[in-house]
Amino acid sequence: MRKLLWLALIVGGLLHLKRRREAGRERVHLHFDDGSTVTIADDAPDAQPLLALARPAL
Amino acid sequence: MSIVWAVDVASALADLTEISSQVEAAAVVDADGAVLGSTLVAEPDTERLVRAGLGLIEKATARFGSSGRTVTQLEAALREGSLFVVREDGLGIVARTGAGPTSGLVFYDLRTCLRAVAATKKKKSKPRSRAAKKTETADA
Repeated sequence: MRKLLWLALIVGGLLHLKRRREAGRERVHLHFDDGSTVTIADDAPDAQPLLALARPAL
Repeated sequence: MSIVWAVDVASALADLTEISSQVEAAAVVDADGAVLGSTLVAEPDTERLVRAGLGLIEKATARFGSSGRTVTQLEAALREGSLFVVREDGLGIVARTGAGPTSGLVFYDLRTCLRAVAATKKKKSKPRSRAAKKTETADA
């Protein structure tokens, strides 16, 4: 039982760290009129020109 | 743009900033990109916000849009904060938030603001058409 608790704590901690890391990353979310969405992460080649456009307004 | 409608746009923006504590600044634009209202006092700040938002949506549509598929809303999330753009009914809204906003809520609040502006626009145009009809019947 104790082992299971430790395992759950470790997995939960790793998931939390992963979510925090992803939340801190720069990205662009696009929503289209057909209901589809596209997320462009900061390491994608298309992301930097879009992020550069947004930066002066922030 | 009439003064009455400008007041309505300002009122919708005031409601937005009151409801959404995450929105730091916002500006409403028409289909041509002309500013209809803004929460920012300084005009250059409004221009910078609008230029960034419209430039983003234009570039994103050119790169990722296709025939029959256009970008209706976007969020550019940076470390310093996020920039949101929503387009609906020939109107657009560009908004700035702090870092790590609740995107779904911000989009909802921006759409609500745009719908309020669109509703007042429709309301303003209705009496004019009735008046036009009256003159038409009087002429007949």
